[in-house]
Amino acid sequence: MSERQLPPFTEVAMTSLALIVAGGIYLSAHLPRHVPLTPAIILLAASVVLMVVNLASLARVSDFAWDRFFQVAKWSGLAYLVIAGMIEYAFLQNHVKGGALVILTLSLAVFAVHVPALVGFTVARFYEPSTA
Amino acid sequence: MVEGAIALQDEPAVGAPPALEIPDFDIVPRVGLILAAVAAAAVIVAVAVNKLWPLLFLHVSGGAAWTIIDLFLGLVLGPIMGAMPPPARVQFTTRLMPKMVVIMPIVVTMTLASGWQLGIHDGTVLSNWPHHSWILASFIIVGVMSVIALGLLEPANIAVLIELKKPQPRPEVIERLMKRFMYSAGILGAMQIATLVIMTRIASFP
Repeated sequence: MSERQLPPFTEVAMTSLALIVAGGIYLSAHLPRHVPLTPAIILLAASVVLMVVNLASLARVSDFAWDRFFQVAKWSGLAYLVIAGMIEYAFLQNHVKGGALVILTLSLAVFAVHVPALVGFTVARFYEPSTA
Repeated sequence: MVEGAIALQDEPAVGAPPALEIPDFDIVPRVGLILAAVAAAAVIVAVAVNKLWPLLFLHVSGGAAWTIIDLFLGLVLGPIMGAMPPPARVQFTTRLMPKMVVIMPIVVTMTLASGWQLGIHDGTVLSNWPHHSWILASFIIVGVMSVIALGLLEPANIAVLIELKKPQPRPEVIERLMKRFMYSAGILGAMQIATLVIMTRIASFP
């Protein structure tokens, strides 16, 4: 199997996801007490930076199967948008508000972008234009 | 040949190489989507009404399905599939994997959403609950499992199906993705044992 040189997209995406999961655990571990938001903000910011860097490094790959990437990421994105919506609904139903709600919502946004991108990447990396 | 074919690599180059039959299949089964939508609606209603029985039902049934599927895939089906001849493996994969695409995300979402709401209802997720450290341990295990499932298992599941849909699927790609899927399922299965320990311990506190 010929291997193209690709950025470590899966590894970086998993690290980014781990950071928002850690932020979510940190926030939920302190309920119902007031919780300092700084650690969660730092984790979220690091996750967002990794996501942006990850997508940017993939965008620089010249012969990547973008058609296939977007085809898969689009439908996968729809599915994970529904899941993220359900989780957000659970937060709102439980009266999560203020800074915690903003952090959790942004974390869900990272989740709803990065996971479909990861699925799209995994499919597109094994796609050779000659087999189209 | 039905849909696509995988040429056997080790066959002698005499005449046309034998090919594996790949049955026609949907990457995402439509009926499964309807059932998943019903389950999602049930979760939304259960969270909205916030009553013990529906939450407990969804959490226990979803959690049982998640645990058993992971354990069974990783520790039973995985080794069996590894020992199957390629034609049988392809037939099995094209029947199993589309179902997994629908089942796993909804089962996980159902378990976690109803579990969180159940924890709010009972007060077990609150930090003033006397055995909160057990809940924290479950958060951490579920968090690690989520990252593995989202980062490795689910993408491999979709990718192997799309590879099998190609006119000329590459056996080495399918092999690699299936290995990744089965190893991930095995790790998740082992972590599910820890989840079982924690959940039964939490349920047995007075």
